[in-house]
Amino acid sequence: MQLTRDRLLDAYRKMRMIRCFEEKLQELVLAGKMAGFLHLYAGEEAVAAGVCAHLDARDWVASTHRGHGHCIAKGVGVAGMMAELFGRKTGLCKGKGGSMHIADMDRGMLGANGIVGAGIPLATGAALTAQIKKTGGVGVAFFGDGASNQGQFHESLNMAQNWKLPALYVVENNGWGEFTPTEFVVPVADIAERARSYAMASAIADGMDFFDVYEKAGEAIERARRGEGPTLLECKTYRFHGHYVGDTLAYRPKQQAEEWKQQRDPLDRFERRVVEAGLLDGDDLRRLDGEVAAELDAAVRAAEAAPFPDPSDVLTDVYVSE
Amino acid sequence: MPRILSTGQAINEALAIALASDPDVIVLGEDVAGGGARDAEDVDEMGGVLGTTKGLVKRFPGRVLDTPISEMGILGTAVGAAATGLRPVAELMFIDFLGVCLDPLLNQAAKLRYMFGGKARVPLTVRTVSGAGMRSAAQHSQSLYWITTGIPGLKTVIPSNPADAKGLLLAAIRDDDPVIFCEAKGVLMQRGEVPEGDYTIPIGQAKVVRAGGDVTLVAFGATVAVALAAAEQLAKEGTEAEVLDLRSLQPLDEAAILGSLEKTGRLVVVDESTPRCGIASDVAALCVDRGFDFLNAPVKRVTAPHTPVPFAAILEDAFRPSAEKVIAAVREMG
Repeated sequence: MQLTRDRLLDAYRKMRMIRCFEEKLQELVLAGKMAGFLHLYAGEEAVAAGVCAHLDARDWVASTHRGHGHCIAKGVGVAGMMAELFGRKTGLCKGKGGSMHIADMDRGMLGANGIVGAGIPLATGAALTAQIKKTGGVGVAFFGDGASNQGQFHESLNMAQNWKLPALYVVENNGWGEFTPTEFVVPVADIAERARSYAMASAIADGMDFFDVYEKAGEAIERARRGEGPTLLECKTYRFHGHYVGDTLAYRPKQQAEEWKQQRDPLDRFERRVVEAGLLDGDDLRRLDGEVAAELDAAVRAAEAAPFPDPSDVLTDVYVSE
Repeated sequence: MPRILSTGQAINEALAIALASDPDVIVLGEDVAGGGARDAEDVDEMGGVLGTTKGLVKRFPGRVLDTPISEMGILGTAVGAAATGLRPVAELMFIDFLGVCLDPLLNQAAKLRYMFGGKARVPLTVRTVSGAGMRSAAQHSQSLYWITTGIPGLKTVIPSNPADAKGLLLAAIRDDDPVIFCEAKGVLMQRGEVPEGDYTIPIGQAKVVRAGGDVTLVAFGATVAVALAAAEQLAKEGTEAEVLDLRSLQPLDEAAILGSLEKTGRLVVVDESTPRCGIASDVAALCVDRGFDFLNAPVKRVTAPHTPVPFAAILEDAFRPSAEKVIAAVREMG
């Protein structure tokens, strides 16, 4: 798919929105204005944006506990997200989901997920739906390096390859599973190697480079749409913040984090590339920065002013037939 | 001329009707299509380990899917498919296998709708064989429906006869919520009259299968036959028992239980599962909490003991609730 000027602007806007959204959340939590366990996606923006740039209304994504970025990249509105994170009735999930279960079925967003690895079979099921109903859609699972050690990962990949499902498995290898370095618990050099166990296609992308993710995800998604089966795409990336807001980061070398932030920030790299190539100019990007900041501020103000759920709402939405 | 089918045949018929009437229905599980059979002439399709789904793949190719032995993958995929537009009927061969695949039910199917503020539907049916009686020992004989009954967001049904099995399964498949459909081993082989055609039995409605005014026997699944046998014996002694078949464990027909208790004043629950935190205790608690004024005697629970299910016939028979145990419980009440 050709990266037109409009697509580039949209990709940048989403990546900037993810970055600013996450930084705003950190600020709100540390100021005591927001509750809950929040896992921030900052640093990994190129992965969600690079993959979701290929997706449309036919397609579903299943996400993780670190799910805000996937929501924004799939087109979920930040006003509804922010209201949800503030626990308001106007939130995407009426205040019943929160950060780890934020979802938007109308946007093909099957939810963040509090269980590591559990989104993988959900996306596999979405791919099965697409195959049986011949929608032309794909099911995309985003998950971390840690989830690639879960049984749900292995069972899903095996089934998807058996059935040649239109699925894409995007492993966001950010080098850390909670507080443990990936290499302590993953004996293969590249998680993409695990695809060979299932005779599945695989690729490795620089997860800090929008263009590399975009290209490799595009090939995989086109293959899936043609009925040629699933792909395991490993994106090498980095988590700029801790595992969750409030994490002391005592376990992680400061130098490592500084190097990734200084040298590989996906937003900086995107900007350098598009400006040097003359595709966009700095003014375009600063205008989008301003729009993002204004939209986010408005989302926070609206969320803070929105009503809380009624205590009686605890009883609703358990069953369709209630 | 009444049509006599086994419960397994009635389930097969319900699946065929569901598949024929809705293109979004799929059936998936281990060996549910052919197993080893494809097109060769000297082999036959299995249709699941008990043959319940036999013949469906030929009528509905592409919608009856053999899976690997990957229960977590089967159920997780089925949940994702249900949330995105299909109406899957997944087979969990034995309910004992919940041990390797609880997350898709516990944390996904049961909670997506609630967590997403009512914006998801998970029209999933999980067919699973439960219960003792086939000498299959501790890991293939449990009655773990109390686990799924205790998870908000799931429904759990358990028919006691072929006709109910057909109607309840069609209702489960067409229900927009996730339903666990338990096929008790004691019921699967049972034969009985099954109506022709397409019909459903509403989920959440118990049924009085024998009327009586002296004591209520609450039963479900395989224990309905046990309760009926006990009732016949008790009748000879001059005690008329009312047998209430719950049919659905969640939702629970509380009104039917309390209504029968109000009439008889005495109640025994017969549950083939273990006693702790189970359906029998749940029903007993309901009676004490909301039916105390109706009670003329303590509520009695006839259950399996708090042990694994044993193998040897003499041990397994001792483990299971029996008509004798039910009669003894009624006599104890005075």
